[in-house]
Amino acid sequence: MFETDLSLNDLMFLAKGAGVTLAITFFAVTGGTLMGLLFGVIRAQIKPWMALPLTFVLDIFRSVPLLIQLILANAFQAIAGFGISPFVTSCIVLALYTSAYCTEIVRGAIEAVPMVTRRAARSLGLTWGQDMTQIVFPMALRVALPSWIGLTLGVMKDSALVLWLGIFELLKSSQVLITRLQEPMFILLITGAIYFMLSFPIARLGGRLERKWKEND
Amino acid sequence: MIEIENVHKSFGALKVLKGIDLTVAKGEVVSVIGGSGSGKSTLLTCINGLEPIDSGRILVDGTEVHAKSTDLNKLRRKIGIVFQQFNAFPHLTVLENVTLAPRKVKGMSKSDAEEIAVKHLNHVGLGDKLKVYPSRLSGGQQQRMAIARALAMSPDYMLFDEVTSALDPQLVGEVLDTLKLLADEGMTMICVTHEMGFARDVSNRVAFFDQGVMAEIGPPEQIFGDAKNEATRKFLSSVR
Ligand SMILES: Nc1ncnc2c1ncn2[C@@H]1O[C@H](COP(=O)(O)OP(=O)(O)OP(=O)(O)O)[C@@H](O)[C@H]1O
Ligand SMILES: [Mg+2]
Repeated sequence: MFETDLSLNDLMFLAKGAGVTLAITFFAVTGGTLMGLLFGVIRAQIKPWMALPLTFVLDIFRSVPLLIQLILANAFQAIAGFGISPFVTSCIVLALYTSAYCTEIVRGAIEAVPMVTRRAARSLGLTWGQDMTQIVFPMALRVALPSWIGLTLGVMKDSALVLWLGIFELLKSSQVLITRLQEPMFILLITGAIYFMLSFPIARLGGRLERKWKEND
Repeated sequence: MIEIENVHKSFGALKVLKGIDLTVAKGEVVSVIGGSGSGKSTLLTCINGLEPIDSGRILVDGTEVHAKSTDLNKLRRKIGIVFQQFNAFPHLTVLENVTLAPRKVKGMSKSDAEEIAVKHLNHVGLGDKLKVYPSRLSGGQQQRMAIARALAMSPDYMLFDEVTSALDPQLVGEVLDTLKLLADEGMTMICVTHEMGFARDVSNRVAFFDQGVMAEIGPPEQIFGDAKNEATRKFLSSVR
């Protein structure tokens, strides 16, 4: 018969960690997506050499390991005396990291909208902004959604790295329980299940939207 | 009236239009024929300001298209254009495709815009496809929808860029019939076309483009019966 020392209290402890993971993911993805939209539109609209500084900075965020970014940012804010909490630092770093990937998704999706479709819109008298909101964004969204869902799920998992800044998110909470209860397999199983439960609705939402759009194709 | 005066246009080092002069009066139908790459499509996109020009000028009802002070979004309301490639808005139904511009650009109410859209869609024979998405339409239906979409803005001028060249042969007729109908109603049209029968039957004048130059222009009887220009004759014998 299977026995465990895991109590309801411990489960609540894990749930709290999951809440932190969810919160960090939410802020990172929201901030990163908004920035990614802005940067992606800029990159799709202006000449490549004019966007070079932006591209360069975003490439840094994409290529330096997230863990290094987190630790450097946290150390930097401590030295500079900003007094920003590790939680906020984590959200900012993860948001920038997300935005770097999101920018590429947005740029690619905008460029996937055929030139002639945009010309047709403009030749009907639509302004640049109307073309963007009425034609380009809805069309690009269909292209970008699968990658964006993948990015969001990736960021949720990558957010575990903030435990190095002493934040008790889901993975860190499971580590604490493992150390105390010495039941690594069981606790990791539960932790994995929680990650899955957090990701599943996002993945399903994406699938549902894609299917709905497919009906029109 | 559309007045094109000595228009030059290049893409990089490639000179595409080398001094085009053409005046199209209200109610006139001008067909533009010529070889591939002779600058026919480029001229159309210059007329509604989608492409800048290097020199010369284009006036539409006296408004200079490429002047800095010209509100292109406003000017484009009176110039409809239908492109060679299919360009439906794929995320909108046929009805929404046609009502979009009247609503967003002219600020019409949904019901007013729909009334106009239905009228034009009936006109081009798509009255039974209102709620359908463009991907379910045949090529010919897509082009007719694009025509209705342009007409819903009540333009004074229509520009057609080889609207039948991407179509299967059996679908060409239905689109050409729609163009003929428009011409009969007195629409001012510039039609770039490879359909010589259409150019001959429908146009008031036919212009022959050759490597960025308008080599010849005249009534269809003259162009098709007694072309003065050697290049025109050569082109016509090659397409017949
Ligand atoms: N946006 C562009 N950038 C660079 N070159 C272009 C562009 N658009 C057209 N061209 C070039 O300009 C020339 C004229 O093109 P255009 O499309 O006006 O020819 P056309 O007479 O319409 O030919 P077709 O009958 O094949 O449609 C071609 O050599 C084409 O490659
Ligand atoms: Mg062309």
